[in-house]
Amino acid sequence: MNVQAIFRRDLSAYLHGYTGWIVLAAVLFIDGLLFNVYAMGAGEARYSHEVLSQFFHTTSGLVMVAAVLLSMRSVAEERQDGTDVLLQTSVVSDLEIVAGKYLAAMAMLTLLVGLTAYLPGMIFINGKVSWGHVGVGYLGLWLLGSAVTSLGIFSSALFKSQLPAGVLTGVLTTALVTAWMLSDVTDPPFTEIAAYAALYDKHFQPFRDGRLLTSGVVYYASVSGVFLWLTTRVLEGRRWE
Amino acid sequence: MIEVTGLTRYYGEFAAVKDVSFEIARGEIVGLLGLNGAGKSTTMKILAGLLAPSLGRVVVDGVNVAEAPEALRGRIGYLPEDPPLYKEMTVSGFLAHIGRLKGMTGDAIRRRLPEVVALTQLTGREHQVIGTLSHGYRKRVGIAMSVIHDPRLVILDEPISGLDPQQIVEMRKVVRSLGEGRAVIVSSHILSEISQTCDRILVYHQGQLVAQGTEQELAQRSGATSRLILTVRGAADAFREWAGHHPKVRAVHPRDAEAPFTAALLELDGDAREALIADAVQAGFGIRLVESPADELEEIFLGLTKEAA
Repeated sequence: MNVQAIFRRDLSAYLHGYTGWIVLAAVLFIDGLLFNVYAMGAGEARYSHEVLSQFFHTTSGLVMVAAVLLSMRSVAEERQDGTDVLLQTSVVSDLEIVAGKYLAAMAMLTLLVGLTAYLPGMIFINGKVSWGHVGVGYLGLWLLGSAVTSLGIFSSALFKSQLPAGVLTGVLTTALVTAWMLSDVTDPPFTEIAAYAALYDKHFQPFRDGRLLTSGVVYYASVSGVFLWLTTRVLEGRRWE
Repeated sequence: MIEVTGLTRYYGEFAAVKDVSFEIARGEIVGLLGLNGAGKSTTMKILAGLLAPSLGRVVVDGVNVAEAPEALRGRIGYLPEDPPLYKEMTVSGFLAHIGRLKGMTGDAIRRRLPEVVALTQLTGREHQVIGTLSHGYRKRVGIAMSVIHDPRLVILDEPISGLDPQQIVEMRKVVRSLGEGRAVIVSSHILSEISQTCDRILVYHQGQLVAQGTEQELAQRSGATSRLILTVRGAADAFREWAGHHPKVRAVHPRDAEAPFTAALLELDGDAREALIADAVQAGFGIRLVESPADELEEIFLGLTKEAA
């Protein structure tokens, strides 16, 4: 009930504001361009599943950018506008607040990811790919988006302005994405740690290629859970200072 | 209803509120009076469950704020100076949302909404987007928001700031009507507003509660000289001579008045206003107008804070 109230208000703010729609339009436009330039290949023949894997690869980057842009306003905007006092004086728990905000951001991201479906749809019509590959790839996109959104909501709770929240989310996301590079230049046990922490490399590639691995699901769910929990701690500390 | 005992709040080393104690009964409207930084807002935030007290005890409706801040949030309505509003929402949509945040059911919100809209004189504006409302109406939405869940205590921080004179008169009625069945705390920089809206005044100075009581009680305690401006029919010289020799008059300050009237601001020993007016009538001066100096409450306030310093 309480989660629903927060969810409805935040989703309404996304839908009534222009930021969400601009992000959505920009991502769809760039995704279409990248699909033609990279996924389809410039004059070289590709198998349908290769095109689909390439689509998930390029779209994953855009999903991460969109997640940063959508989540950075989540809590910071409330503090900027002074409406955080409405939440702090409510009977809604911090966990419910965070859950409502996360679900609203994810609903927007799900809409965005869903609207890219026409591209795999064209591959499906003109080529030969399995539903499983499409489904697993989209699950990967959604989980990746969830991890970055959670990270973004956490950063958003730390600042009173969207911009520093967005910058911090961008920096942390980039650090996590490029963590696999560290694994090439470090010694054990840091090699394994850096490889496991990498947001994209080890965990997303199986999804991209249509392979559903439990370890990937657990990883993204864990990242999401940890950052959402950290956000509740930040809100709790601020609520009763 | 509300018991505050030894309330102290530190920000680092700085004590924003120091050893403040007071009680407020149900149905009472109490004004917090003080300069900027006097500790009013900090006290209000502690009562609203936003800040934890460093020391002391705050009990609202039998619940200790420090022990169960969550339990209190449903019983308190708080309006900061700048009403926190979601400007893209409609008035009724916003109030319903706040009702849900306060734990109300859908049925309870549907029953309560028309009452609150009527109470805060928002009838006809229910479906208007908040961002398109004037400042005065936004303040009303803020007040509606603070009472949608029928709280036991309503805290209004500067509810009339930024309102025009007509809106102030209307807001005064709204604030008075909130006192029915609940305690109301109002802070304001407009001192005359405090005396017109509130049953009792708490005077803050440098984090301490330096006085509390009705305007009359505070006037007596502050030692402020009773003053009045008297406009009478008669010759200026004769009136000033009579007033100058009156045993209760300490000083006479001539004021402008058109003939055949004459006026003067009289400083009295104690509150001798009624006796003085009766004597003036007996002495043959026709009383045209009796006024209190506009800055009387300011005088009281300055007297009390000077006394505390």
